[in-house]
Amino acid sequence: MPEMKNCTCSCAKENDEQKYKKLAELMKQYKNSEGSLIQVLHIAQAIFGCLPLELQRYIAQGMGKPLSEVSGVVTFYSFFATRPRGKHVIRVCLGTACYVRGGKKIITRLEEILGVGVGETTKDGLFTFEVARCIGACGLAPVIMIDDMVYKQVKPEKLENILAQYN
Amino acid sequence: MRIKNLEDLVKIKEEYNSKMAEYNYQILVCGGGGCVSSKCGEVKEALDRCLKGYGLSEKISVITTGCMGICALGPVVLIKPDETFYTKVTPEKIAEIVKSHIINGTILEKYTYYDKARQLYIPNINDIPFFKDQVKIALRNCGQIDYSSIEAYIAKDGYFAAAKALSKMSRQQVVEEIKKSGLRGRGGAGFPTGIKWEAGLKAISDQKYFVCNADEGDPGAFMDRSILEGDPHSVIEGMILGGYAVGANIGYIYVRAEYPIAVERLSTAIEEARRYGLLGKNLFSTDFEFELEIRIGAGAFVCGEETSLMASIEGRRGEPRQKPPFPFERGLFGKPTIINNVETLANIPPIIHKGAHWFSQFGTERSKGTKVFALAGNVVNTGLVEVPMGISLGDILFKIGDGIPQGKAFKAAQAGGPSGGCITKEFLNTPVDYENISKIGAIMGSGGLIVMNEDTCMVDTA
Ligand SMILES: Cc1cc2nc3c(=O)[nH]c(=O)nc-3n(C[C@H](O)[C@H](O)[C@H](O)COP(=O)(O)O)c2cc1C
Ligand code: FES
Repeated sequence: MPEMKNCTCSCAKENDEQKYKKLAELMKQYKNSEGSLIQVLHIAQAIFGCLPLELQRYIAQGMGKPLSEVSGVVTFYSFFATRPRGKHVIRVCLGTACYVRGGKKIITRLEEILGVGVGETTKDGLFTFEVARCIGACGLAPVIMIDDMVYKQVKPEKLENILAQYN
Repeated sequence: MRIKNLEDLVKIKEEYNSKMAEYNYQILVCGGGGCVSSKCGEVKEALDRCLKGYGLSEKISVITTGCMGICALGPVVLIKPDETFYTKVTPEKIAEIVKSHIINGTILEKYTYYDKARQLYIPNINDIPFFKDQVKIALRNCGQIDYSSIEAYIAKDGYFAAAKALSKMSRQQVVEEIKKSGLRGRGGAGFPTGIKWEAGLKAISDQKYFVCNADEGDPGAFMDRSILEGDPHSVIEGMILGGYAVGANIGYIYVRAEYPIAVERLSTAIEEARRYGLLGKNLFSTDFEFELEIRIGAGAFVCGEETSLMASIEGRRGEPRQKPPFPFERGLFGKPTIINNVETLANIPPIIHKGAHWFSQFGTERSKGTKVFALAGNVVNTGLVEVPMGISLGDILFKIGDGIPQGKAFKAAQAGGPSGGCITKEFLNTPVDYENISKIGAIMGSGGLIVMNEDTCMVDTA
């Protein structure tokens, strides 16, 4: 998905008006291709960071769909966020393999370090803390994922060093 | 270039192989998901630097591959032609390895695989028990070739099956071949693939679709991910064959959002295939056309189930619906749709290329071929294995998996995800195939095997 990539790196510099314009262009391309709502939402989230209600309304209009349908989709999928997320998203895998190898201890330690619970964002806006269904690295359990990077065989003591790499 | 026939493929294969034959060594660096998180990127950089320092960059080819299977020992490196296998490689170790192995011609044993039970190093990959008992069909290229190169795939007879089917076989013949092979769906239910395809072929409609299920929802499972990342063209070729067999000219691959690397590698492979004329119009100079699109999930467990997956591709909430109507009657956008799992599709090209008879020599009476398992939890060799159906669970866990770490006792293995079941000690001799696994109250599922030792509390994991 090349659009998503370009967006995350260039968009910080863009203002809202430019972002809306970009989204409108993309929606024009996608509007006539069947079943593309989820793709548009992925792109919109990459541009704006999250999908608050007013943005959902804008997308509904652009795609010629009722708002209820757009909201229904946004709330169904856990990858879509309606509130701003932190700059980085930490996902702790709680699949069975990670659980067996100590995933729960990772959660407890992260809560201590970040000072927030699962589903919340740190006060400085740096990290959003989530749990994930299996992220497919069970051979290396327990794992956590920060943005697109997977960290393997994580021990609670290693967490502070890992987080220090992000700012 | 546009590939028009089998001869074009053979030419690419020969050119690639003769180019490779010019190198003194090929160094394969595992770039599977596991090794990426063990920082194989740094190892590869150090290797490139080191070879450059010796002025050897032209004489040795460095190839990044998909998962070699033994992820717990990553980053891993395989040197060919002598097939020496180095484990837990670091940038410092790779410099030593190059000096000893490449410059001085001496295998650096201390960095090769160590067999704890027998207390000896096993340098040759083919002598390591983990690899010896495996039979690789779906994973045939995984960890063996440069995943990013379509030529490398073609050099392993890739797209030969597509060329054969499209130019020499009728749709019905392709369906018959798959039926005869006895292949059953690897996505969990074990439904015979040929019978599903026949229903797809018989469905009458102006438009049909072919869908690949790459949602891989079972915890503990990472087989499909490794195939997509390590050998994306095998899935693309499987889809071309499936599309041809049932008469579908549009395909979708639904990949879960948690697999960004898989999406990236698959997109590149699709673009390459298109550039070579293997997707699009007039494939192999016939009037068959096939287009392929990736759809990315958005994090919902139920989307692995086929009806909810199709709802999700349509851009709706991924909620399952009642069957019938079955997807082959009314599927995606209300049209007949055939949906198969990633591993199922990776098995298709070799079946068409080598024949149903070749495939059905592996496995048991009613479960033919092999199954890929992801070993996770309390087992020494966590990673990815492919074994003939009918092998015992004990052999998978103790011969290939090398048992439980720290000499602990085996308690149970969870197969088939949380909805599956736990297999306990008394059933370790059970042959692993669809029938026998369900007889002992577990299910084959998609192939996640999570091993628990005596310390694991079963109540908590359920
Ligand atoms: C709850 C549920 C989850 C499923 N998850 C997956 C999955 O992650 N991957 C998959 O290939 N099939 C999954 N399936 C099976 C699919 O519905 C479908 O049968 C399969 O993709 C067909 O492909 P196959 O015949 O090649 O196995 C799931 C089924 C159910 C009921
Ligand atoms: S990722 Fe390298 S061996 Fe599995």
